[in-house]
Amino acid sequence: MGLTGNSRGSDGCAPLHGPGPGTTGERAGGPQTPVVQVEGVSVSFGRKPVLHGVSARIRKGAHVAIIGPNGAGKSTLLKAIDGLLPLAAGQVSLQGRPLASWSRKEIARLVSYVPQADGRTLPFPARDFVMMGRYPHLSPLSAVSSLDREAVNEAMRVTGTERFAERRVDTLSGGERQKLFIAAAIAQGAEVLLLDEPTTFLDPKHQADVLGLLARLNKERGVTLLTVTHDINSAALWADEILALREGRIAWSGPAEDAMDNRVLGAVFDHEFRFATREDGKRFVLPEGGGRA
Amino acid sequence: MSLRRNVAFFGALLVAAVLAFLLSPLAGMKGYSPLDVISGALSSADHGIFWKVRVPRVLLSLLAGAALALSGMTFQSMFRNPLATPYTLGVASGGSFGAALTLKLGLTFSLAGLPASSIGAFLGCLLAVTLVYGVTRLKHGFSTATMLLAGVAVGFLFSSVLMFLQYMSDFAETFRIVRWLMGGLDIVGYRHVLELLPLVLVGGAVVVLHVRELNLLVTGDDLAAGRGVDVVAVRRRLFFATSLMVGGVVAACGPIGFVGMMSPHICRMIIGSDHRLLAPAATLFGAVFLTVCDTVARTIIAPAEIPVGVITALLGGPFFLWLLTRGSTERG
Repeated sequence: MGLTGNSRGSDGCAPLHGPGPGTTGERAGGPQTPVVQVEGVSVSFGRKPVLHGVSARIRKGAHVAIIGPNGAGKSTLLKAIDGLLPLAAGQVSLQGRPLASWSRKEIARLVSYVPQADGRTLPFPARDFVMMGRYPHLSPLSAVSSLDREAVNEAMRVTGTERFAERRVDTLSGGERQKLFIAAAIAQGAEVLLLDEPTTFLDPKHQADVLGLLARLNKERGVTLLTVTHDINSAALWADEILALREGRIAWSGPAEDAMDNRVLGAVFDHEFRFATREDGKRFVLPEGGGRA
Repeated sequence: MSLRRNVAFFGALLVAAVLAFLLSPLAGMKGYSPLDVISGALSSADHGIFWKVRVPRVLLSLLAGAALALSGMTFQSMFRNPLATPYTLGVASGGSFGAALTLKLGLTFSLAGLPASSIGAFLGCLLAVTLVYGVTRLKHGFSTATMLLAGVAVGFLFSSVLMFLQYMSDFAETFRIVRWLMGGLDIVGYRHVLELLPLVLVGGAVVVLHVRELNLLVTGDDLAAGRGVDVVAVRRRLFFATSLMVGGVVAACGPIGFVGMMSPHICRMIIGSDHRLLAPAATLFGAVFLTVCDTVARTIIAPAEIPVGVITALLGGPFFLWLLTRGSTERG
């Protein structure tokens, strides 16, 4: 376990140390197929390379936080896993099958990308928005069935979004919108949620709400979570595993508690952190500033 | 209750469409009484005017208005911007160029019953939309502002080529092109209606089959793709469908602006953004709107006639400004 640096990612087989994300559930003699497998994936925007030969295996039911400095390629990795970006090299496989052989609807039935619930205009009632999550289950001419309605009701119940079901999405608060986005992903029937900074613009209460909801989905329903976050503490305290990216390469991966160390975080972020230990023994990063030089 | 409001709105639109269809042919330089038409009391000249000029003209305006509104709705939703329409994005200019070029070159062939001008207009529309979309895609990320600017630029480009065509034409041809560019529904006989009908039916059917995808595209390309929409393929199909409709309309009546921008927007304000309702509402609204505008255009200063494009632009210009100042240019 430890920091791997950037050099080893460039050879197309990015390092995974120790158990690494998704590998913890594998048993000797019969490794299960990872639900998501990323092999030597490179992505470029124009001439600018963003990911260099990233590899990772995500086990079903894992709760992985993806951390790293700005521009490390975290959101790009999420989008690459969902097939939303063309790959310059490498391959993504879902349940052992290369992504290229999946149709968009097939992907959507397994994986759901949940963007930040930003200020985009969403002129639909909340329930209709969640119903749009059923799209991959509908054929072009088929009407919405009772099964679809049931899935929507269930998703809204689980996420606690029923009470504003009839309100227009763009009248909801940031926290409500984020939960609604998650509800739509649940209604979609996805077993893997790819969450792009789900708590960034939320106040502490709504952050806790959303993180609690995600943890419940993971523990009780076995939903696999890959969450991009800038909040190291939420990554360390809520996720089981951490995947740290730096300059488009995997810099470190392993159990969340092992990351709370300057040998890991300090090197990933190029910054000296101060740590403290909570009463349950979990380490967390202390806030900066407040009179220190 | 919104259900009641929606039913009332659709009821009103249907009644308006029927009334527009029944009453509009009666109005004009010379008004006719419905009784005379039904009892066959019209003179043979009036009979000819009514059945060979007025009725086809009203049918054409209903069809063209419906096609423009449906195309406008599709563009607005695909690009998440109320100002994005075939007209503002230079698509209609491309169509005009295509049609004018076929006229200038004297191409008179027809393909599968479609005249050269329709095919030229369709290809021109497709070229313009490809240019605008291509330029917008060149920059990383998809910016609505870039797209509108590209649309304006492409529009200018085609307008200047069109101007060049005019310059190279003789006086009569120039007059024809200028008059045609103002947009007009003054046709004789049913040929134009019958030529436009299949284009609108096919294009409209494609749009209607994609109402769910349009709803998802409104939520953003990333969310739509994440829900299973093949965004690139859907966009390509919708470009094709709208080019078919706009090309058909441009070939038959010239570029008529603002119908495609105002109709879907007004409907959206009343019944909301769900395309399962919005598509039929905008279609009906556009049909009625253009028919009413045309009726006004040919009666207000009778016996003279104002090109219908002048009327729609007179109404549309202030509406466009109002939209702009309302700050509703949504983010792309």
